[in-house]
Amino acid sequence: MAVYGLYPEPEMAQQAVNNLRAAGVSDADITVISSEPFEHFEFGHRDAKTAMPFIATFAGALGLLLTYYLLGASQRSWPLVTSGMPVVPLWTNLIIIFEMTMLSAIIATVITLIYTAFISERGKMYDPEVSDGFILVGVEKPSDASKLESALAIDGGRVKHA
Amino acid sequence: MKRTLTKGFTDDMIRPVMNTTVWFWAIVLATGTVVACGAAAWAYQLWYGIGVSGKRWPSFWALYLTNFVFWIGISHAGTLISAILRLVNAGWRRPVTRVAEVITVFALMIGALFPIIHLGRPWLAFWLFPYPSAREIWPNFRSPLAWDFFAINTYLTGSLLFLLLPMIPDFALVRDKATGWRKKFYGALSFGWRGTTKQWNRLESAMQIMAIAILPVAVSVHTIVSFDFSMANVPMWHSTIFGPYFVAGAIFSGIAALIIAMAALRKALALEKYLLPLHFENLGKLLLLMSILWGYFVFNERLTVWYGNEHHEMAVFWATQRGEYAPFYWTMVICNFVVPIAILSNPYTRTILGCVIASFGVVVGMWLERFLIVVPSLSHKALPYSWGTYTPTPVELYIMAATFAAMILLYTLFAKFVPIIAIWEMKAGDSEKAHTAGQYEKATSAVGGVRDAAATEAH
Repeated sequence: MAVYGLYPEPEMAQQAVNNLRAAGVSDADITVISSEPFEHFEFGHRDAKTAMPFIATFAGALGLLLTYYLLGASQRSWPLVTSGMPVVPLWTNLIIIFEMTMLSAIIATVITLIYTAFISERGKMYDPEVSDGFILVGVEKPSDASKLESALAIDGGRVKHA
Repeated sequence: MKRTLTKGFTDDMIRPVMNTTVWFWAIVLATGTVVACGAAAWAYQLWYGIGVSGKRWPSFWALYLTNFVFWIGISHAGTLISAILRLVNAGWRRPVTRVAEVITVFALMIGALFPIIHLGRPWLAFWLFPYPSAREIWPNFRSPLAWDFFAINTYLTGSLLFLLLPMIPDFALVRDKATGWRKKFYGALSFGWRGTTKQWNRLESAMQIMAIAILPVAVSVHTIVSFDFSMANVPMWHSTIFGPYFVAGAIFSGIAALIIAMAALRKALALEKYLLPLHFENLGKLLLLMSILWGYFVFNERLTVWYGNEHHEMAVFWATQRGEYAPFYWTMVICNFVVPIAILSNPYTRTILGCVIASFGVVVGMWLERFLIVVPSLSHKALPYSWGTYTPTPVELYIMAATFAAMILLYTLFAKFVPIIAIWEMKAGDSEKAHTAGQYEKATSAVGGVRDAAATEAH
């Protein structure tokens, strides 16, 4: 069971979010779904905090250390002498270390995105009208649906049950 | 202020996905035939051996490697330009980014194919991969060819993800609009995307991080391709300028390819309302800047060689300036420098047509540049007894033509299955513009109100 409103304008969606808060619904229980990001509205900044940059940095550092170790270990275990270069030449190894650092950061970013935006965001509440430009504001499994209906009832919007 | 994008915008974007025109089949048939001819030529080469190509001592790197460097250069059109514009938050990037990013992915795939074709025995390509094996041929990480493997694969992976991630919200939109098998197909591709605020924020964060990470990777890729040459003690290759020179050339040819792709899509998919003359004007200015930068690098490279006057380098220098390669060299200079500057420095000729003409010139010029880097140097090595000539055979020419057709074919198929302009990015840009304009109107009317009140009070 879910109750939600569909709004053609972001200002209305913002109003609906504010009304739900005033009705005692916690931010974590409010779902806002849209076909585009609304960065210039307050509701667009909910859940903006993420550890993604730190995870990417950490993964990059890990990739750097691992590649540094693996390259050195490979080169020492089968020493090749090439045009007077040392067996473990840092200058040339730096190129591969750099590429693997960046690749690790990129892959960690994508894995974090998949986990936080796809796996943990699997929900039932959705309306295909979102693709027509409507913004959905609603609550899944509400304790008092009638109270929320009045909070979501805004001129120009439509309240629906799912 | 009202938003300028109407509902018709979404319909315009998904129309090519939903409807198939006769033109689509005509392009697929024509390009598919050329690709099939190229595949047959490659099969012929595999059957009879690499000797059917024109590669002979001393020019063992010839047309295939020329095309490898050319296509890797073209790949700099997309992800690099898109990442820069995303990071500086250039509003005009929105209709351009996906068009550009697709070029990167396909050009890299085609480019990476050439070293395999060049091998002659592609079934042994895995010998090049840097992994320890029972053959006891330990990978030599000091070889620029091993660096290529890491750089190209990192760039390809990053570019593919950079292209795919922002496509997911658009797949969800097509899923909601489609019926039948398309609904199932796009439903699977959208990975259950709903468009919650958390999903949008995470997607934006991921794109920002990837844009930061992919920029140095893009620069490194073409620098490393330049190392394939500059690490060798071959006349006019062993130069410190090659890294930045290659990167500048890659961006130069990449922008030219992007302009041509945009103009073709604009016409074929009736995108005149979205790919505006302003976009061509801005890209035309970038192309002009890169043309001047390219001229600067060429002058530096040539002047240093000429002033140094080392006889083995001068042999290559004169072969390109006034010898057998001079017609190619001066055509390159005209295509890369004279034509773009003549057309693009004048605001009256910096039109869509002007930009396309200049871009075609640059693509031809940059291909010639790659050829002039590879072949004349190998044909005029340090000792005159090792001099030789190179003439491409029909097999090489067929394979080369097939890769150009493959690019058009892949691009056409992509535009058939994916909205070629990022719908959600366009909407977000439009909404942002409307919001900013609304705020401005509010602020000016408030200032006006205060001014009126002050005037009344003074009166």
